[in-house]
Amino acid sequence: MWKICLTLFAAMLPFTLLAADSEYHPVDSTAINLEEVVVSASRPASDIIPVQTLSGEQLRKLNSNTVADALRYFSGVQIKDYGGVGGIKTVNVRSMGTNHTGVVYDGIALGNAQNGQIDLGQFSLDNIEAISLHNGQRSRILQPARDFGSAASVYMRTRTPDFEDGETYHARAAVRFGSFDLLNPSALIELKITDRLNASLSAEWLTSSGKYKFRYRRVNPGGEVAYDTTAVRQNGDIEATRIELNLNGQLRSGEWHLKGYTYHSERGVPGAIVNNVWRRGERIWDANSFVQGRHRQSFGIWTTLNQIKYAYYRTHYVNNDDRQLQVDNLYRQREFYFSTANEFSIIDCLSASVSYDLQWNTLNADVSGFDRPDRLTDMLSAAASLDLDRFKAQASALGTFIHDKLRGQQSATDRSVFTPGLYLSAYPLRARWLSLRAFAKRSFRMPTFNDLYYADVGNSKLNPEHVTQYNFGLVMERSARRGLWRAATLSVDAYYNRVKDKIVAYPKGQQFRWTMLNLGRVDIRGVDVSALSTFAPIRDLSVTLRAQYTFQRAIDVTDPRDSYYRDQIPYIPRHSGSAVLNLDWRGWNLNYSFIYVGERYNQQENIIYNYTQPWYTSDLSLGYDFKLRRVKVRALAEVNNLLSQDYDVILNYPMPKRNYRFSLTFEI
Amino acid sequence: MKTSLFCILSAFFFLSTASCRHDEMIFPTQTDEIKDENPDSRIRGFYLLNEGNMGSNKCSIDFYDYADGSYYRNFYAERNPGVIKELGDVGNDIRIYGSRLYVVVNCSHKVEVMDAHTGVRIGQIDIPNCRYIRFRNDKAYVSSYVGPVQIGTSSPKGAVYVVDTLSLQIEDKVTVGYQPEELEFVDDLLYVANSGGYRAPDYDNTVSVIDIAQMRQIRQIPVGINLGRLKKDRYGKLWVTSRGDHKEIPSRLMVLDKDSKGNMQPVDTLDIACTDMAIRGDSLYYYAADWSDITGKNTISYGIIDVRTRARVSASFITDGTEREIVMPYGIAIHPESGDIFVTDAKNYVSSGTLYCFSPDGRKKWSVRTGDIPAHIAFLPK
Repeated sequence: MWKICLTLFAAMLPFTLLAADSEYHPVDSTAINLEEVVVSASRPASDIIPVQTLSGEQLRKLNSNTVADALRYFSGVQIKDYGGVGGIKTVNVRSMGTNHTGVVYDGIALGNAQNGQIDLGQFSLDNIEAISLHNGQRSRILQPARDFGSAASVYMRTRTPDFEDGETYHARAAVRFGSFDLLNPSALIELKITDRLNASLSAEWLTSSGKYKFRYRRVNPGGEVAYDTTAVRQNGDIEATRIELNLNGQLRSGEWHLKGYTYHSERGVPGAIVNNVWRRGERIWDANSFVQGRHRQSFGIWTTLNQIKYAYYRTHYVNNDDRQLQVDNLYRQREFYFSTANEFSIIDCLSASVSYDLQWNTLNADVSGFDRPDRLTDMLSAAASLDLDRFKAQASALGTFIHDKLRGQQSATDRSVFTPGLYLSAYPLRARWLSLRAFAKRSFRMPTFNDLYYADVGNSKLNPEHVTQYNFGLVMERSARRGLWRAATLSVDAYYNRVKDKIVAYPKGQQFRWTMLNLGRVDIRGVDVSALSTFAPIRDLSVTLRAQYTFQRAIDVTDPRDSYYRDQIPYIPRHSGSAVLNLDWRGWNLNYSFIYVGERYNQQENIIYNYTQPWYTSDLSLGYDFKLRRVKVRALAEVNNLLSQDYDVILNYPMPKRNYRFSLTFEI
Repeated sequence: MKTSLFCILSAFFFLSTASCRHDEMIFPTQTDEIKDENPDSRIRGFYLLNEGNMGSNKCSIDFYDYADGSYYRNFYAERNPGVIKELGDVGNDIRIYGSRLYVVVNCSHKVEVMDAHTGVRIGQIDIPNCRYIRFRNDKAYVSSYVGPVQIGTSSPKGAVYVVDTLSLQIEDKVTVGYQPEELEFVDDLLYVANSGGYRAPDYDNTVSVIDIAQMRQIRQIPVGINLGRLKKDRYGKLWVTSRGDHKEIPSRLMVLDKDSKGNMQPVDTLDIACTDMAIRGDSLYYYAADWSDITGKNTISYGIIDVRTRARVSASFITDGTEREIVMPYGIAIHPESGDIFVTDAKNYVSSGTLYCFSPDGRKKWSVRTGDIPAHIAFLPK
């Protein structure tokens, strides 16, 4: 573990060096121009709330296929990855659980009322311009009420057209191919229709056999090999299509945006590798579509942001393994959402906002005893923000009112939950290279339709699961215009979270029958550290180093009689971190990234039979940018898991060994 | 400056090559001293099969040795280090026949065959979705959810597979009812309890009768819905658990006996919820774990039934209050010689269980930590 600390120390070196340098300048903008290299720092200085961002070039340089892969470079995040191109990938922030993380796509949260999990593996980075992770909530008060609700949020922003004078269109075509028989062509067209209106169409097709070699090797206590086997992962194939249409319009002191999105996929569910079972027969077809619109305009001191969305998700699940229960189920979810957020600048330094959201969810499943649940959620928030130059404060309060309706069965009783939050930040020094921040927030997650009503398993008496978070952190930022070291950022946050009434599966009666109960309590203490530094050792060469480290002690404090009382909860490592080294030289780009996830336990008890080894992978990529007349070309070659480590993120779901990916991008 | 650059680069180099990961070890055996020794008994010890939660591949076997009073937890991997991915996923039955130990591993679709005295693997028999095993004349009979493929049905009937215990080859199979569970011989007929669990709420309600000489199902006896466990007493009567539908129809214990023509018929339904049972002499020890949607709790009960009168003679065989410690009783067995009662506690299904040993008068003698979901016990004769 100390090795990661060493890297962090190395990343922090510039602070000492910069302090000795008389010519330092506080960071006053979010981007620092370093001879054609744009480093978009994560703007911690201007955010009250801890935020980590990957955007633009930075994002493109990392070896990542999907949004989930990119999130591995953020501190405090654990990704559940079932392996391969089609494997489900979900995100868990600061050990609070996947369902506490909001995922926002171009301004509006993605929903899944059925199980509350958003598969981030479905979102390719092809059209994503920026990903940011906000602990607590985003530090702006003009936002939908729902955005005040999550314990942490991931915001994804797609590319918006930006035309220079004389330009009327942009076009981009790309193709990626590589291991697992991956083929992934994509195209983007951006059109300037009028000065105040532009449109973009983005489409992508992905296919992969999902076949990869994996290896299980065990040794005897004496050290000799007990068994060593390499097999090929089966039934992990995927074929997916994504089409996205955007219209962006300018208004007088405002803007509007309209989006249509559709995603269709068919994939195999590879399943657990257990003794004597090397392939399974589960398949899933997803068809997720939504349309959403946004309108934002300012009228003097009043700014209004109005959003609307309709989403339809269709999931078809089939298990055709003839040795097991044959399953063929169709789930259809609908969501309608409307939000109005209104901000008033009362005086220069003080503004306030009120937001109201209405959300309607329904699920239709052809599973007996799962009778079309219907949920109506009203959310009302009020927030205020104070900006006294060197001191900033924000307070918010959210009321959530939930009404469920069910055909045939008794539904859960109506719920109303009140969740406040308070955020502070300050620059204690006049030079502003240091800022301090703190927040306290309560949030909750509503039991999902599966938790409440799923045939035989659901328990309609469930209460919401609550989380309380406390965070204290500091950010240091330095930059220099000359010399070797050009910029450095370090942020450290310590936090304490408590989860109560955690919804857990509990056995009922006999033979693997389960129900859901509000049983768990979790006590989480952690530290997130992230550092970024940029330096220019020789002419035309720019070197960027990013490092992050997370310590988490997340223990189960449910009941002293449990054998796992005060044990670390499953799949949460005490130590994890990553480091990225990037070299840019005259169009060439070399990127090395290292990810470390420490030892974990795959079940509640921290015993040897549940022990899971640490894993760490090295990824390397080499890119070259050049011009063919008017066409900008980028060629990129990637090697992932360079040292071919054999590891499981989730027990019995083996990850790929060394694999390769190549891509070519053409842009006008 | 150059020094710091060197520092950073060497840190990276170190990170990429140095290892915190070590060789992955096979699961080690753990030993607990229980000191309940009985070297003179004709029982050498017993095996406990831990099912392990589905998908975890954590089916494991523990062994208790009466010679030295030691409890050996999870011994399979050390005895059979070369078996890829160890014993498998979800054990469902364990039996000793002759000098061999047979373990039915449900989700690994196999019956594992070991030497009963050493635990060393002899071979395996691949049977899809296998459930329970019994023996007769050097043949093993294994119930399985998967019968021969029938055209036009989405839910195939189950089967009983016949395996030669010498060659470990499947010789034949007989189609029975839907999702057959436990099976038992009475005279030369094999009785199989059919659950129909995959067809809920249209459960099966029959016991299949198989003539093993002709290897065919000769009859299906309607008994009650969702049948599970089936045991015979020393009078040739069959005791069958009906698990109900977990809603309106409660779990019940049924009794089958031969009528005047010698045909097995249901003779009684006891007004007792029963999950599993063990019979010794005239006493049937049972427990039940019944979930109530109204209270949101499991109702757990224990008792003894006199197999002659079919009456409950005791409302609990645990007399010292230990039942309050047991979260989820999941298995029961009686020591054939001493009459000690063994009850396993599977707790929340995803953590280590506990095995309790009670003296015949219902007092706790000892308890020990087991693997995940301790469930089935087989006594090893010397």
